Amino acid sequence: MRYIDEYRDRSIVEGLVSIINHKAGKLNGDISIMEVCGTHTNAIGRFGIRGMLPSNIRLISGPGCPVCVTSIHDIDISLYLARQNGVIFTTFGDMLRVPGTGGISLQQLRAEGADVRIVTSPMDCIAISLANPAKKVVFMGIGFETTSPTVAALILRAEKQGVQNLSVLSVHKLIPPAMKALMDDPKLNIDGFICPGHVSTIIGARAYDFIAESSRAAVVTGFEPVDVLEGILMIVDQVLHSGYKVEIQYARAVKDKGNLKAKETLSKVFAPADAEWRGLGMMRSSGLVIRHDYGMFDAARVFDIPDIRSEEFEGCICGDILRGYSTPKECPLFKKVCTPQSPVGPCMVSSEGTCAAYYRYY
Amino acid sequence: MCVGFPGKIVDIDGDGDFGVVDIGGTRRQVVLMLIDEELNLGDYVLVHAGFAIHKIDEDLAKEKLDMLGELVGSEIH
Repeated sequence: MRYIDEYRDRSIVEGLVSIINHKAGKLNGDISIMEVCGTHTNAIGRFGIRGMLPSNIRLISGPGCPVCVTSIHDIDISLYLARQNGVIFTTFGDMLRVPGTGGISLQQLRAEGADVRIVTSPMDCIAISLANPAKKVVFMGIGFETTSPTVAALILRAEKQGVQNLSVLSVHKLIPPAMKALMDDPKLNIDGFICPGHVSTIIGARAYDFIAESSRAAVVTGFEPVDVLEGILMIVDQVLHSGYKVEIQYARAVKDKGNLKAKETLSKVFAPADAEWRGLGMMRSSGLVIRHDYGMFDAARVFDIPDIRSEEFEGCICGDILRGYSTPKECPLFKKVCTPQSPVGPCMVSSEGTCAAYYRYY
Repeated sequence: MCVGFPGKIVDIDGDGDFGVVDIGGTRRQVVLMLIDEELNLGDYVLVHAGFAIHKIDEDLAKEKLDMLGELVGSEIH
C-alpha cells in the first residue's frame, strides 16, 4: 500500500461515476453539495470531478482556504510586524504574496530588506530562534484545526527549551462555526457537506453532529478521486433516503473522536475567541487566541500593535466566492487583471484558493 | 493548506519525539509529538506541516478498497 495509487484506480472511478449517475436520476430535483476544504476544491478541479457528475448535482466551493479567509486587517498586522527592526518574520509560503491594504505583501517587504522567511514546519522556528538570539522571531500562525495543533506543539517545545525570542501571531480559525453559518444561510440551501479530511483527522467526525441534526448530509472525505466520488455517492444516498447522519468515507485517516493528543495540545495552548473572516465576517468563537499562561509567546502581547486602518480591494469578489454565492467566472477581474502571476485577492494567491483552482482547471 | 501526505516511518529517535519518514522516495524529518498511538518502523503516518498527525490504519484502508471493488463490480447500474 502507498495510499495514493490505489485511490486513483480507473475501474473504481468509472464504477462510482456510473452508480452516482444512476442514483442521481432518482433524486427529486437538484442538490447542492459544498466542499468546505480548499484541498478538496483543488482535487475536484485537478481530477475533473465536476465533469463526471450529472447536471443535477451541483458542487459549491466553500471557505476552506486559511490564507483566503484571513482578514485584510490581520494581513496588515503581519506586515506591520515584519517591518519592525530586529524582527525575523516567518510563515508558510502561501502567505508571502497575499496583498494587504494598498497591495503591499510580505514578498514586497522582503525585497525591500525585511527579514521574511518561509518555513515548511512551525517547528523550524525553534532553530531559527536559537540561531538568532539577538532577533525577535515572529511566526504567523495560520490554518485550521489541521495546523493549529502543530503550532501549539511549537509553543510547548519553545517553553521546554527555554526559547525567549519567539512569538506567534495567531490568526488560526475553526471550521465548525463557519460550516454552521453556511448551513444556516438560506441563500445557499446546502443539502450536504463534503467535510474536510485532515481537519477531521484532528477534531473527529463527531464535531459535525450538528449538521445531521439539521437534516443535512455530512461525509468526511479523503482527497483522491476514489475518495471524493465515494463521498459524493454517500451524500447522494443520504439525501435519497432522507437518512441524515455523519459518515466517514476517509476511514484510514479519520476517527469518530479525532486525535485526542492533538486536541489536548491545542486546547492547552489556545482558547477559542471571536474572529473576523474575510467574506463571512465576524463569527463567535471561530478563531484561536493564545492562552494567558503562554503570553510570552503571543505576538499580540509581545508587540505594541497600533490601530491599523485596513481597506479591501475594489472590485474583488473574494468575499462572495468564499461564501459560495459566486464562482470566480462571475468576477470581472478574473483572468483579466487577476491572475496567479499578479493576484488581486487572496483566493487567487493561495494555490488552494477557489480562484486559483478555477484558473488552472476550468 | 491542510494538505497531508502518507509517509512511511523509517527512523524514530530515542525519546520518540522526532522521526524520519519516506514520502515517495524523499526522506523528511517529522515531529511525532502529536501521535498518541505506539509507532513502529514501517508504519504509515499522515504528515502535515512537518508533523505526523495520524497513524494510518492499514487494515481499514484495505477493507475499504476491497469493499469498493465489490461495490463497483456487483452493483447493477
